Amino acid sequence: MDIDWSLFWESLGPLSLAAVVGTIPLALVSFVLGMVLAVAAALMRLSKNRFVSGLARLYISVIRGTPLLVQLFVVFYGLPSIGIVINPWPSAIIALSLNVGGYAAEVVRAAILSVDKGQWEAAYMVGMSRHTALRRVILPQAARVAVPPLSNTFISLVKDTSLTSLILMSELFRKAQEIAAFTQEFMLLYVEAGLVYWVICLVLSSGQMRLERRLDRHVAIA
Amino acid sequence: MSQSPNAERADAPLLTVEDVSKAFGDNQVLRSVDLTVERGDVVAVIGASGSGKTTLLRCLNGLETPDAGVVSVAGTRVDFAEVGSAGARELERARGSLRDQSAMVFQHYNLFPHRTVIENVIEGPVVVQGRSRSEALEDARALLERVGLADKADSYPHQLSGGQQQRVGIVRALALKPSLLLFDEPTSALDPELVGDVLLLMRDLAAEGWTMVVVTHELQFAREVAAKVAFVDAGRVLEVGPPAQVLGAPREERTRQFVRRLTHPL
Repeated sequence: MDIDWSLFWESLGPLSLAAVVGTIPLALVSFVLGMVLAVAAALMRLSKNRFVSGLARLYISVIRGTPLLVQLFVVFYGLPSIGIVINPWPSAIIALSLNVGGYAAEVVRAAILSVDKGQWEAAYMVGMSRHTALRRVILPQAARVAVPPLSNTFISLVKDTSLTSLILMSELFRKAQEIAAFTQEFMLLYVEAGLVYWVICLVLSSGQMRLERRLDRHVAIA
Repeated sequence: MSQSPNAERADAPLLTVEDVSKAFGDNQVLRSVDLTVERGDVVAVIGASGSGKTTLLRCLNGLETPDAGVVSVAGTRVDFAEVGSAGARELERARGSLRDQSAMVFQHYNLFPHRTVIENVIEGPVVVQGRSRSEALEDARALLERVGLADKADSYPHQLSGGQQQRVGIVRALALKPSLLLFDEPTSALDPELVGDVLLLMRDLAAEGWTMVVVTHELQFAREVAAKVAFVDAGRVLEVGPPAQVLGAPREERTRQFVRRLTHPL
């Protein structure tokens, strides 16, 4: 099979641009919002109030029990039928954030529970409220535990953004589809799109390792 | 909870525990405990594991909530039966008010592993008490200097030996400027050769006039430093008095057995 290298190099520009203006910002914004949701849901799950923890449990269950594609379609194609019309960008961000939040909530909850009980007691002992103890003592230590699994979540999210091509988001994968349809070079374009995703994920993985090393400064290496 | 600044008289005991009870489910851990600690005194609390001595100590700063009874520290008086029925918010406030009066040193140090030694020490003063960072740092350096750890100020806890970590734990407690120091088996997790440093430091603090309640198995420390020894057995303070009496000539058979077992383990 002949590889049309000139098409490969010609397409790399538009594909990379779609990644930079579509895929990457979409993943970043969704991840940040998703983390806010995740921490909130994790704290709600840990609440003694059964209504509050039940609400978080329901959210997590729904998110984890339904396909992301269905969630995207509900927001973009479903909501208009009850009079709520949302553009592709905000639709994608809403669905992806909710999705990441549901998955990451359990990671955050487990990380909080992994912090030694003595840390809570020491925080209370120096006079902290529960809120201050969480912010100053517990969450920073939970973060170290949560980084590897959350990095996985983030990397999955980057790849999951390709699904938003189906709700008309102009991102990396949709751009590849467009060029492929025009040139009929399906194999080349889809492999090339895959390569761009791979490169993004490689960069993320090295960022993860650097972050872990940074957070390891204060942890005894067993 | 009632707190009046006039309630505290200079000759009043710094700490009084009246009729404090606590159960974990069906397990009655404390049964109507009374204890009085005079200002400037060291009281050693001894007893077998599971006797309730650590729970008693934790009730003094609200890490545990008694089911009933009154704890007064330096004029802050909390009636737990009353507060318990007043709702979670009121209970939290009461526990906080007790905590403001005391500081605790833990068996396993419980230093904040993600902060340096000096950051551990200033965390409470700066974040909770709202003191200026520069002033808190100055105090912290002076305290670390006096326990011989000035050169460890910027180390992380895991880089220190157990004995050094526990001395940091003590400095963290001192930096809060509490009325009362609580020690929960402060040397039990240490290698034997590191115990001495910590006990010497505690003896110095006693000599300086700190009021201390020390849960410990170190009978020699109790004998030499404590004004009073309280023997806790099955959730009760079975015997309390000067060390010479409680450790030397105990009235109760249970005390006699316990002291003998600690002094002659074989």
